[in-house]
Amino acid sequence: MVITFSGVLTGILLTPVIGALVILLLKKEAKEQMRVIAAVTTGIALLLALFVFFGYSVDDANAVNGDGGTYFAFEDHVKWIESVGISWHLGVDGISAPMVLLTALAGFTGVLISWGIEDRTREFMAFFLLLVAGVFGVFMAVDLFVLFFFYELAIFPMYFLIVIWGWAQTRQYAAMKLTLYILVGSVVALIGIIALYFKAGNATGVYSFDFVDLHAAAKAGVFDTPFSPAWSAVTTAKLWFPLVFLGFGVLAGVWPFHNWSPDGHVAAPTAVSMIHAGVLMKLGAFAALRVGVQLMPEGARVHLPWIVFLTLINVVYGALIAMRQRDFKYVIGFSSVSHMGLVSMGFATMNVTGMTGAGLQMFSHGIMTALFFACVGMVYDRAHTRDIPSLGGFAQKLPWVAVAFIIGGFVSMGMPGLSGFVAEFPIFVGLWDGPAFDPDPNWLAGTFNYYGLIAVIAALGIIVTAAYVLRIVGQVFFGEFNAERFPHISAITVYDKIALIILVFWLVLLGVYPRLMAPMIESGVRPIVSMLGG
Amino acid sequence: MDFSTDAQASVIAILPEILMAALAVVVLAFDLLWRRAQRHDIGYVAGFGLLGIAAIVFLVGIPPQSGELSDQLVLGGMVRHDDMAQIFRVMVLLAGGIGALITMGIPRLRARGDFYAILIVSIIGASLASAAADLIMVFLALETLSITLYMLAGYLRDDDASAEAGLKYFLFGAFASAMTLYGLSLVYGLTGKTNIYELGRLVATNGLNEPPVIIALGLVMVGFAFKISAVPFHFWTPDVYEGAPTSITAVLSTASKAAGIGLLLRFLLAVFPPAELLGAAEAVADYSGLWVQLVVVLSVVSMTLGNLLALVQTNIKRLLAYSTIAHAGYVLMGVAAISTDKSGDGAAAVAFYMFMYVLSNMLAFAVVILFTRATGSEQIRDLAGFSRRSPWLGLAMTLALLSLAGIPPAAGFVGKFLLFRAAVDAGLVWLALVAVANVIVGLYYYLIIVKVMYMEDSPSEEPVPVDLPFKWALAISAAGVLLFGTILVTPLLDWATDAAHALYVLL
Repeated sequence: MVITFSGVLTGILLTPVIGALVILLLKKEAKEQMRVIAAVTTGIALLLALFVFFGYSVDDANAVNGDGGTYFAFEDHVKWIESVGISWHLGVDGISAPMVLLTALAGFTGVLISWGIEDRTREFMAFFLLLVAGVFGVFMAVDLFVLFFFYELAIFPMYFLIVIWGWAQTRQYAAMKLTLYILVGSVVALIGIIALYFKAGNATGVYSFDFVDLHAAAKAGVFDTPFSPAWSAVTTAKLWFPLVFLGFGVLAGVWPFHNWSPDGHVAAPTAVSMIHAGVLMKLGAFAALRVGVQLMPEGARVHLPWIVFLTLINVVYGALIAMRQRDFKYVIGFSSVSHMGLVSMGFATMNVTGMTGAGLQMFSHGIMTALFFACVGMVYDRAHTRDIPSLGGFAQKLPWVAVAFIIGGFVSMGMPGLSGFVAEFPIFVGLWDGPAFDPDPNWLAGTFNYYGLIAVIAALGIIVTAAYVLRIVGQVFFGEFNAERFPHISAITVYDKIALIILVFWLVLLGVYPRLMAPMIESGVRPIVSMLGG
Repeated sequence: MDFSTDAQASVIAILPEILMAALAVVVLAFDLLWRRAQRHDIGYVAGFGLLGIAAIVFLVGIPPQSGELSDQLVLGGMVRHDDMAQIFRVMVLLAGGIGALITMGIPRLRARGDFYAILIVSIIGASLASAAADLIMVFLALETLSITLYMLAGYLRDDDASAEAGLKYFLFGAFASAMTLYGLSLVYGLTGKTNIYELGRLVATNGLNEPPVIIALGLVMVGFAFKISAVPFHFWTPDVYEGAPTSITAVLSTASKAAGIGLLLRFLLAVFPPAELLGAAEAVADYSGLWVQLVVVLSVVSMTLGNLLALVQTNIKRLLAYSTIAHAGYVLMGVAAISTDKSGDGAAAVAFYMFMYVLSNMLAFAVVILFTRATGSEQIRDLAGFSRRSPWLGLAMTLALLSLAGIPPAAGFVGKFLLFRAAVDAGLVWLALVAVANVIVGLYYYLIIVKVMYMEDSPSEEPVPVDLPFKWALAISAAGVLLFGTILVTPLLDWATDAAHALYVLL
């Protein structure tokens, strides 16, 4: 084991943890100090994340991956639990570097949005920072035990945040549902990880949870051998891929396991919805990609051609349900299900274009949804209702929110010049191209190429998206303002404005200058596609 | 077989028991000599005495480094002084020490020197159980542990629930002891030996008449299953846990269970070893497949039934009782793995799991005592608003419950992870998946408690008073739960792995 320690990633991870501990030690009454500490720690994490994002070298990544290596930047690799083959191994590749930035952005703006929380501020901020730390940990983890550790670590503050500060009517139900759904998926995936660990260990003699070692074993074809002597036809990859991919996919909202997500988003307080829909759902997609597709390409080749249908249901069905909602927040909740379907669909294309689009979509959707939920929260805090027909004319009272929401809406429709277009267009192109390898002739994908058909249907889903976004914009922000019902609509605070500006800035920046992120994600995607046989 | 006759090694081997016996006498003496007001602090003597002995065991009581069986078997083969014995001894001593400290929160017991002395004697039994290498010693240790616990469970004689608990525990326990004794006598009768390592070799090589061996194995298992309250020998658990003084419930669920598990590990591997461990050539009879199946069945039914019944409990002590039944099931998963995986993963996972389980349960029960004292109730719904009243206690309870549920950063996460790993390694993937389903059920009822503490409003806003012994007990156990789940995983796991390797030295 080579010991390297650059400390940047560990720093990003520990900053919020330290912030949480300091906040816990403060007196209950020192609420302003807690907010400042939370903002400062997430702010430091954001600066470090920007450093990581701009310090990531695409050329180095392509060079190392081109030579058949596994590239991770800013590696921290020290001993942890040696006897089991677990090390504290952090690093970012082309896919996770933007995710770290996304988490930092959502964390920082989340703290700004939550400035007004008065009930048990200490616990709120501490749990929120722990949640952010947990999410950081998953995106940075190279060791799969570390990945799993933080994956689970992110769940429990989530439960608290929803159950204590959430929407009183559904919070108990939604928090429990969310926790149990996610945990079921993740522990099944854990058994899969352990199975891979022993499979690789028995074959190579190196028992390790390190992704680099397992990836080397996967390249050597260890997981393509029968899982158990009893069933010679079923290889390890074929058996465990669906369990691992869908196990993590629960958190990504893959149909039919998406049910926790709208309930959870709606019940959560604003900042938590932002992290939750903006970042947490990407954890599932990311882990499914890292553990599922990257370690078991043979399983991906066999199973993704049918999983793509699930993702199609996500896209279309999510959009249609969003169309039918009266509750403002539920619309956004279901739109997340729909947009996350595009991410999984991008993975299922199994070619460079589509998967790069999926990576961009993860970032773009994360910022966009965070923006949406921030806007919903600002309206709800003032109107105390989210019933779409009874709202109206809020653009006069909250012009900032209206502008931000409309920009977010354009992103979600895939309007050129904004990040949504940059992300969704490659996904559809990738779908049209179909997988980069020749599919198994005995399998559905081998008999006729239905990927183009899926691209057409999914693109139609975008029209539905446009419909529900415009409906909200029309009914909530324009139309007649009911001055009797909403006599006192206060303006949003300066913290809210800063948060909105930061989020909108990234949506526009990525839209006009996609080269900022696309080559980086491509450098992470390329080795995956070459493993898949493209 | 040769036994070590080195006098110094022999004394070091049973040093913890010698010190504990002295401590018990000291406590009794103070009980007589001290005035009433001073006697109030007698729990400190017992509690810090036991914790101090734990430290001495950890620092001084290092087993002979040769790792040879003949060096480690002392006192005529009665006791084996190895890492397995050491890690379990430290565990039960911690449990006993914290148990004594939290007893000080129960007003009627606080100044009772005899109570602490009996508690110390029961820890002697628990400590010996993990080192016992002879049928006589196995039975003596078990009875020392059990009889004292019968007394402690029924100590509050004028309290009906406590008296019922004592009697119920005694009746069930006496029955289980009789079964075990009968089983042990069968083993002795078949082989003519009492040292478990000697008779293990005879059982494996001598071609004994099979049915009596199987009957003996079954009977002995009954006694052990009773001690660790595995289904279907769990019927006493909820009632006794509910009725006994809460600190004794804590000791029952930790020290007594750890002793049972430690004994089970050693006994099964030594007396009914898998053939390969003795060298395949000389071994003809292998009963390990049989006991693995037994343990797997016990594991599945214990965790499933324990968790399902815990779902409907409204009393916190009963809920924790059912949760310990479920935890017995999880641990047995690791026990089932020890026969097929020779790397020691299973046994190490069991030792690690028990260590963190002892600390987590102690933490939970310490908070329960404070809560009962403040509210006069043991109902879960009366925990409402607990986190508003005492945020730190709420956090401590949450940490304990998260650890029991297996959520990081608490140590329970690593414990569960290791058990799953051991099960998958032993080819018991399906058992791991059953356990996974159970973990989800477990998480549900633990989260319900957390929810009540954090969500609901209480009639009173007054902080729950935490006195000094509790500060110690809470600090020690909470620090353990947190550190053994994060930065101190490696030292504890390495120790557990050493212990596991010692377990496989049978020749």
